[in-house]
Amino acid sequence: MLELRLYLAQRISAAIMAPLVLLHLGLMIYAIQGGLSAEEILGRTRGSLFWGGTYGLFVIAVAVHAAIGLRTIMAEWLRLRGPLLSGLSWFFGFALLAAGWRAVVAVIGG
Amino acid sequence: MRDSNPIQVKVWRGDAAGGAFAEYEVPQQPAQTVLDVITWIQRHADASLSYRFACRVGMCGSCAMMVNGIPRWTCRTHVNKVRRDNRLTIEPLRNLPVIKDLACDMSQFFEKWKRAEGHFNGVASRDQPVAAISPREPARRAASAAIECINCAICYAACDVVAWQPDYLGPAALNRAWSLQNDSRDRRQVERLQAVSSDGGCLQCHSQQGCAAHCPNELNPTASIAGLKRMAGLSFMQKKYREPHA
Repeated sequence: MLELRLYLAQRISAAIMAPLVLLHLGLMIYAIQGGLSAEEILGRTRGSLFWGGTYGLFVIAVAVHAAIGLRTIMAEWLRLRGPLLSGLSWFFGFALLAAGWRAVVAVIGG
Repeated sequence: MRDSNPIQVKVWRGDAAGGAFAEYEVPQQPAQTVLDVITWIQRHADASLSYRFACRVGMCGSCAMMVNGIPRWTCRTHVNKVRRDNRLTIEPLRNLPVIKDLACDMSQFFEKWKRAEGHFNGVASRDQPVAAISPREPARRAASAAIECINCAICYAACDVVAWQPDYLGPAALNRAWSLQNDSRDRRQVERLQAVSSDGGCLQCHSQQGCAAHCPNELNPTASIAGLKRMAGLSFMQKKYREPHA
């Protein structure tokens, strides 16, 4: 049952990430076309519920997706099992969530 | 240009404790198969060479070996198509324990077949009419696409996930399970779906398609496994996953 939940969580997080990656890439290309400075970009993102929500969702999807993927790699290549495997997977998931969350706060907050 | 010199053949000799390659020179014959080469070695060079074969025509699935690093059915593999610089390297199938020389222990392969509920469970008796199943039904077509497996374990040897996760059921067992999940007469589909989607089941497949690339009958176990994943995911989301069969 755990395997099936993880499988679905990874597929759903991938489905969330796919359009968000395109949006993110498109946005970066668009934003630098007119020569926007970092300050100008931050002026548009700060306090924006839309960009906060978009990148917040992105960060959650990345943390879920990458942690499950790393869990598989650790199981197959390092032969990890049991609590160590789960513990490390949670650790990577939370580390990505924290790092991503910090970036979102920096862009949206302040 | 065709090389008429004897073929230089390296054959792995040994047992579960270990082994090494032995070298043989085998004369060329017209339309010679890799199995012919091995048989020649056993008859003319070293009678102690152990290997396995039965039908010689690609039906029984017992003669699979690694030929120049690739799993193949040796009875249907022509030497001319696979030799490199007139050399052949023949080893026992990958991912299976060796008994002796080229003969592998297939027990785990068939144990996993059982673990995947790879047997038919019908309820109709011989007194009941034959089930009417249209050959055009989607489920029947999915089953037909998966059905011609000869249990040769070539896909099992080709699969990297089997190498990385020894408890992974493997392409053949999962392909068999898929054909039964599409058999409307079968009555253990809920149990089978649980068996193939738990630890070591279909969800471990990385879709690398080594199985499909090497299957001598040109089956596509990766597609069958993808079908099982879809089936398991849908049944979970529809909250049918744990329900016993009505």
